[in-house]
Amino acid sequence: MKLDSKIPAGHISTKWTDYKDHLKLVAPNNRGKIDVIIVGTGLAGASAAASLGEMGYSVKAFCYQDSPRRAHSIAAQGGINAAKNYQNDGDSIYRLFYDTIKGGDYRAREANVHRLAEVSVNIIDQCVAQGVPFARDYGGLLDNRSFGGTQVQRTFYAAGQTGQQLLLGAYSALSRQIGLGHVKMYNRHEMLDLVKVDGKARGIIARNLITGDLERHSAHAVVIATGGYGNVYFLSTNAMGSNVTAAWKVHKKGAYFANPCYVQIHPTCIPIHGTNQSKLTLMSESLRNSGRIWVPKKIEDAEAIRAGKLKPTQIAEEDRDYYLERRYPAFGNLVPRDVASRAAKERCDAGFGIENNATGEGVYLDFSTEIEKKGKEMAYIQGDHNPSKETVIKLGKQWIEEKYGNLFTMYEKITDENPYETPMKIYPAVHYTMGGVWVDYNLESTIPGCFVTGEANFSDHGANRLGASALMQGLADGYFVLPYTISDYLADDIRTGHISTDLPEFVEAENDVKGLIDRLLEVKGSKSVDQFHKELGLIMWNKVGMARNEQGLKEAIVEIAALREEFYNNVYVPGTAHELNTELEKALRVADFMELGQLMAVDALQRKESCGGHFREEYQDAEGETLRDDENFKFVGAWEYKGPEATQAVLHKEELVYEFITIAARNYK
Amino acid sequence: MASSKNININLKVWRQKNAKTQGAMETYSLADVSTDSSFLEMLDQLNEQLIGEKKEPVAFDHDCREGICGMCSLFINGQAHGPEMGVTTCQLHMRKFKDGDTIYVEPFRSKAFPVIKDLMVDRSSFDRIQQAGGFVSVNTSGNTQDANNIPVPKHDADRAFEAAACIGCGACVATCKNGSAMLFVGAKVSQYALLPQGKIEAATRVQNMVRQMDEEGFGNCTNTGACEIECPKGISLENIARMNREYLKATLE
Ligand SMILES: Cc1cc2nc3c(=O)[nH]c(=O)nc-3n(C[C@H](O)[C@H](O)[C@H](O)COP(=O)(O)OP(=O)(O)OC[C@H]3O[C@@H](n4cnc5c(N)ncnc54)[C@H](O)[C@@H]3O)c2cc1C
Ligand code: SF4
Ligand code: FES
Repeated sequence: MKLDSKIPAGHISTKWTDYKDHLKLVAPNNRGKIDVIIVGTGLAGASAAASLGEMGYSVKAFCYQDSPRRAHSIAAQGGINAAKNYQNDGDSIYRLFYDTIKGGDYRAREANVHRLAEVSVNIIDQCVAQGVPFARDYGGLLDNRSFGGTQVQRTFYAAGQTGQQLLLGAYSALSRQIGLGHVKMYNRHEMLDLVKVDGKARGIIARNLITGDLERHSAHAVVIATGGYGNVYFLSTNAMGSNVTAAWKVHKKGAYFANPCYVQIHPTCIPIHGTNQSKLTLMSESLRNSGRIWVPKKIEDAEAIRAGKLKPTQIAEEDRDYYLERRYPAFGNLVPRDVASRAAKERCDAGFGIENNATGEGVYLDFSTEIEKKGKEMAYIQGDHNPSKETVIKLGKQWIEEKYGNLFTMYEKITDENPYETPMKIYPAVHYTMGGVWVDYNLESTIPGCFVTGEANFSDHGANRLGASALMQGLADGYFVLPYTISDYLADDIRTGHISTDLPEFVEAENDVKGLIDRLLEVKGSKSVDQFHKELGLIMWNKVGMARNEQGLKEAIVEIAALREEFYNNVYVPGTAHELNTELEKALRVADFMELGQLMAVDALQRKESCGGHFREEYQDAEGETLRDDENFKFVGAWEYKGPEATQAVLHKEELVYEFITIAARNYK
Repeated sequence: MASSKNININLKVWRQKNAKTQGAMETYSLADVSTDSSFLEMLDQLNEQLIGEKKEPVAFDHDCREGICGMCSLFINGQAHGPEMGVTTCQLHMRKFKDGDTIYVEPFRSKAFPVIKDLMVDRSSFDRIQQAGGFVSVNTSGNTQDANNIPVPKHDADRAFEAAACIGCGACVATCKNGSAMLFVGAKVSQYALLPQGKIEAATRVQNMVRQMDEEGFGNCTNTGACEIECPKGISLENIARMNREYLKATLE
């Protein structure tokens, strides 16, 4: 199959408007006859379900949690971007578009990103109208801050809980539609397969997680909004249940999977402490507005700190290496995430890490400079032009608390250390996956009628995602893009009528799922699901992690194949299929992670360049910066499924054409 | 980390096969629990031990493990989300316990939250309350006015945010001797009542949400205040007072 991105012709600034004006519509009286399934109720899914329900389609929405309000989007801390230029600092749609393309290392699709920047403006208005309490300044207007990779203040926020407030906004819009009977919500249901009829997506097989029953649900189109696959690494900032299953099942049924190797490693997470750890916790990137990142300049200081003989506060200013400010004077601590993460790894690999864990991995995020600066400012505001040091520190801490209080509390709960008194310890961790199901401009996969939105698709972020843009994409897709593009597709279905779940395709898909469940339960081996997941995670982190090389990737491919074989011969899944069985849920997810993990390695091996989150050690310049190869790799790598062994997968290339942006080296110096 | 060590503990855990069967406390002992582990990581460890012994692991709800999704629950030593104030169970750490401690772990108990299995309960009644009116009736068209057209006083925006920070965990209900959901409902009503966008529907909203709350079988508030103390997000009793005012206003109108 040839990949057709369906990008409309015309000037970038009017493409979407012109295109939208010519898409087919479904008349309101016909919409109730059309069924749409939406899997996932995070920002992408909840906003889509609310919008389509409101339009009058007959919508069924699914999530594996007990309530749509708990989707992983709830955890997003920092903020959401929009090109509003409220701060009069030169922001514009073009600049947001440009920053996003550049931030993604010129591996995102131009037309999609421009559309995202365009509708970003409406998102904020929409959310405010829904009662989302964004932060306001004293004049009653919306407040903004900056995120990595930009030099303007375009990030809207609600303390450190922006994702929570946006999701609760989308959830309330969804709740309204559920209350009106336009959307039927299936909580605690997990999609385990896609059903295709005559080549089109026509339904899903879902497992009721409480009873264990397999259910068939039919529809005229299926939307996958199931989030990212970072949990393939076991340890990540993702919620424990985040998984690739729905996206992977769709892939196995014919949807191409694009750029799986693009994983974002977030620079500011709490370092790993021990082997029983179940997940990693993010400290919002917004902290980099106020915190300075450093490690000791002298290796003996770093060693003494690790041994607990020195405290960070005892290291003199001139003995601290503010390595980001040193290497990237223009952006300093606000360089993009991939750059900041690699710089931290470089220092720790060289022996300057400060954390007393097995790997000595950790750097400081220090607020003392900001506390002093803001403390002085606050004293001035209060008319005290000669404040004592104590006053300054006290006022400065108050300022920090107002801005980041909940993050500081969270840090203290987890580490038992007070970040107002001593610098935070941070280290990069797996966070976000830029790869995902390949979609065209309509957000439709290579399976007709199967649409994919939010983190589950691949289209908007290239090889690296700038902060505060995933929330923007989720809501843009669900509120403002999908309602138009899916209607265009559904316009052909007004006469189709209800689709029967008795069709042989449904029976077959259900039998396949049942077969897999029985197979996993029958192994009765000796290792738990988590043990396998942790082993997979270690292979992934060590060989398909922050830095990759040919040899490691080749080893990973072989090791994952062996682990997968062992899994099917030696996993122990207690309980039965016909009850609530959390181990079975995990086993089904890990089975898919094994296949995906191998494809990630295959994709990384193929991409003989370094770009964004994908760093191949063989391709770097003398200063350790990424060496992109635009001549040979300016494409989206979209994989076609040919069997569980990812080495069989077939690569299709979508050439990336930059008509309106001049490609340049990515320089933050 | 400050001072990490390993401790041994005894657990008394509520086991219940499903909603229809009776449950009972089971006793387990667990060795080498790192004090850096979270309470849920300790339960993971217990489950690994049970699986190793070919026994069924304990079912409990959780997802984000960052204190924000509201999915984790658990009554620990007689307190919702355990002995530490202002945290969810996933943010409670084992350093709060001592070597040799016996810890009681039970599900959130309330008529409106039926047990599903072991420590998991069904909190979908909260969803239905929200569906009855917990929203602003605006279409998702994007054709709304510019967000800065209606300035919101910072004080109001901040208070609306504080109310909106409720994570819907249900600790307030579980800890209330009447099983009242007033703190949860009050928080939602307050959020919208404080913002200009939510004012227009304030009267119908509060009436509809309160009606649904009663239908779901939640008890009445007798101002004991236990909910506020156990709430991991510091949702204050003021919200209940505001809801009562809004409700009174609505019924008088
Ligand atoms: C800690 C953290 C902080 C972040 N901070 C920011 C930030 O400040 N700004 C920003 O822009 N981005 C941030 N992000 C990224 C952003 O939150 C996510 O990329 C985004 O929320 C993903 O939204 P989504 O709707 O695509 O998926 P999700 O919110 O992950 O939703 C997935 C949905 O799919 C459902 N689901 C999954 N699999 C199945 C299945 N098989 N069957 C049924 N249902 C299923 C789930 O139940 C859920 O409803 C952050 C991420 C994390 C982890
Ligand atoms: S009010 Fe507090 S205790 Fe009650 S549901 Fe909300 S966050 Fe939980
Ligand atoms: S698991 Fe999300 S709040 Fe505890």
